[in-house]
Amino acid sequence: MARSVTTARKTANTIVAGALGLLMFFPVLWIIILSFKTEGDAIKAPLEILFNTGWTTESYGTVQARSNYFKHFSNSLIISLGSTFLGILIAVPAAWAMAFVPAKRTKDVLMWMLSTKMLPPVGVLVPIYLIFRDLGLLDTRTGLVFVLMMINLPIIVWMLYTYFREIPGEILEAARMDGASLREEVIYVLLPMAIPGMASTVLLNIILAWNEAFWTLNLTAAKAAPLTAFIASYSSPEGLFYAKLSAASVMAIAPILIMGWFSQKQLVRGLTFGAVK
Amino acid sequence: MGHIRLTGVKKCFGDVMVIPPLDLEIEDGEFVVFVGPSGCGKSTLLRLIAGLEDVTEGVVEIDGIEATSLPPAKRRLAMVFQSYALYPHMSVRKNIAFPMKMARIPQDEQERRITDAARVLNLTDYLDRRPGQLSGGQRQRVAIGRAIVREPSAFLFDEPLSNLDAALRVGMRLEISELHKRLATTMVYVTHDQVEAMTMADQIVVLHAGRIEQVGSPLELYREPSNLFVAGFIGSPKMNLIAGPVAAKYNAHTIGIRPEHIDVSANSGLWSGTIGVSEHLGSDTFFRVNIHGLDEPLTVRTDGEIGLRYGDTIHLTPNPDHLHRFDAQAARLA
Ligand SMILES: Nc1ncnc2c1ncn2[C@@H]1O[C@H](COP(=O)(O)OP(=O)(O)OP(=O)(O)O)[C@@H](O)[C@H]1O
Ligand SMILES: [Mg+2]
Repeated sequence: MARSVTTARKTANTIVAGALGLLMFFPVLWIIILSFKTEGDAIKAPLEILFNTGWTTESYGTVQARSNYFKHFSNSLIISLGSTFLGILIAVPAAWAMAFVPAKRTKDVLMWMLSTKMLPPVGVLVPIYLIFRDLGLLDTRTGLVFVLMMINLPIIVWMLYTYFREIPGEILEAARMDGASLREEVIYVLLPMAIPGMASTVLLNIILAWNEAFWTLNLTAAKAAPLTAFIASYSSPEGLFYAKLSAASVMAIAPILIMGWFSQKQLVRGLTFGAVK
Repeated sequence: MGHIRLTGVKKCFGDVMVIPPLDLEIEDGEFVVFVGPSGCGKSTLLRLIAGLEDVTEGVVEIDGIEATSLPPAKRRLAMVFQSYALYPHMSVRKNIAFPMKMARIPQDEQERRITDAARVLNLTDYLDRRPGQLSGGQRQRVAIGRAIVREPSAFLFDEPLSNLDAALRVGMRLEISELHKRLATTMVYVTHDQVEAMTMADQIVVLHAGRIEQVGSPLELYREPSNLFVAGFIGSPKMNLIAGPVAAKYNAHTIGIRPEHIDVSANSGLWSGTIGVSEHLGSDTFFRVNIHGLDEPLTVRTDGEIGLRYGDTIHLTPNPDHLHRFDAQAARLA
């Protein structure tokens, strides 16, 4: 439907939207600003910081010298990619079964899986911690890959389930009639048709795993610590740490922010997939 | 090869019995049409043969081999779906090649068969397009192409023409019939359009609420419908069915007479009435005639030029050689 929108109205909308966007982005912006200040400047009043202090990369130097950024970075990378890959491997058959051969209780199973996300993670911290200790998984990347895969699995299954449901069953039946085995049906027909959805699922899960802090902080010490632990190590009960903490934060979120920026079209398309035909 | 035999095949969805136990034999090379009103179980029966649904009870045999629990991929049948079900992410060429790829047919043989199929189906210029860039008729041809290249032992069609416009439908109908003549492979074809059934079939299977009402050649069904349902379903326009005292005169519960088997006269006849709506098709004219003493109007066919019109009195005489008689259980009386 075409509606006439006056220029004044358009301008007003743009201003409101811009203001809201700025409001949401402001904390991140503030961290970026603080990371370029000295520790002394970083605790001053906000307006003073903005207009009355100089710029410096001193904090980045300190952070770089004090900890091994690349170790944390590679830990984060391995953990988020590994847990996503493993999760997809498990979720594809699960979502296939739920979408194409649903049973009476399939909906309940899905709800139950989602309900695990409503549980406060700290509720299962002790058992998981003990299991990890007994299996020797504490402070290992393998352990983190597993735990992050499991906490994100419900989301992966849900997303894939929704995408698979959009694929007409007759096309899969056609593949079966054409002589495809189950494996061939999935590889040659289902997955290529689900690529947009798969891509957003993968991206979203990499982001979730990258940002996950509760388990990564509680189950690691030094060896397997990812970037979240790297940030946390700069918060201390005494002394000045705002600038260094900000610098560490910027270094930790920059890669995922850049990835998110480049893939935002894909993400939005995938997340609204099926909403409009 | 392409002999299909169903023995005591029954299908339930949960508690609902969609197909009560039935037997059916389809001979090698036959063109068999399943016809019946919407929801009568035609697609379900076809899908049971295909293996896309599991039978609840009974035995499916294909070429003498028990196939009841064989997966669809192992039954050597090809299916053409109403929605065409093409692979949207593959070119036409890849779509047609897919079943051969699954069967691990050598590349050069694949090429040869694709070229052949494309020539027969007029798809040569479209081989590198995606299905999304084709018209409905072209998509249907691709679906047929995908089915023929495997050289299956039988083809299954589920209302393949119902998404096409009327003109295209007639064209495709002829193409499929020609394909059957040329390949001489068994074809099982589902439709609810009885014109399609009459024009294409060697054997028609009339289904009603999951039951087989009658199996026979189009002319057998036309000449000797074995019950009221088939009598009313086969033929266009429909057979006139008359119950009550008029039928009792013929020692029947119900009598049936087709519009083309009633003699029309302006002067004298067995029944008289007035002309209601008329439909002129050029070659034929159909009158709806309100007969004195009958609740339902009768449909009669006359040739194009007859000087009668709305409200005129008309006299009708059924041709006794073509009069069908049915008993109270709706079965045909000899
Ligand atoms: N998966 C299913 N679960 C439950 N009931 C079903 C299922 N598939 C079909 N039915 C029912 O079985 C009956 C027969 O369906 P079917 O699709 O075979 O009819 P049809 O003759 O092909 O009809 P149409 O001409 O409309 O395609 C219908 O009453 C339908 O509701
Ligand atoms: Mg159907």
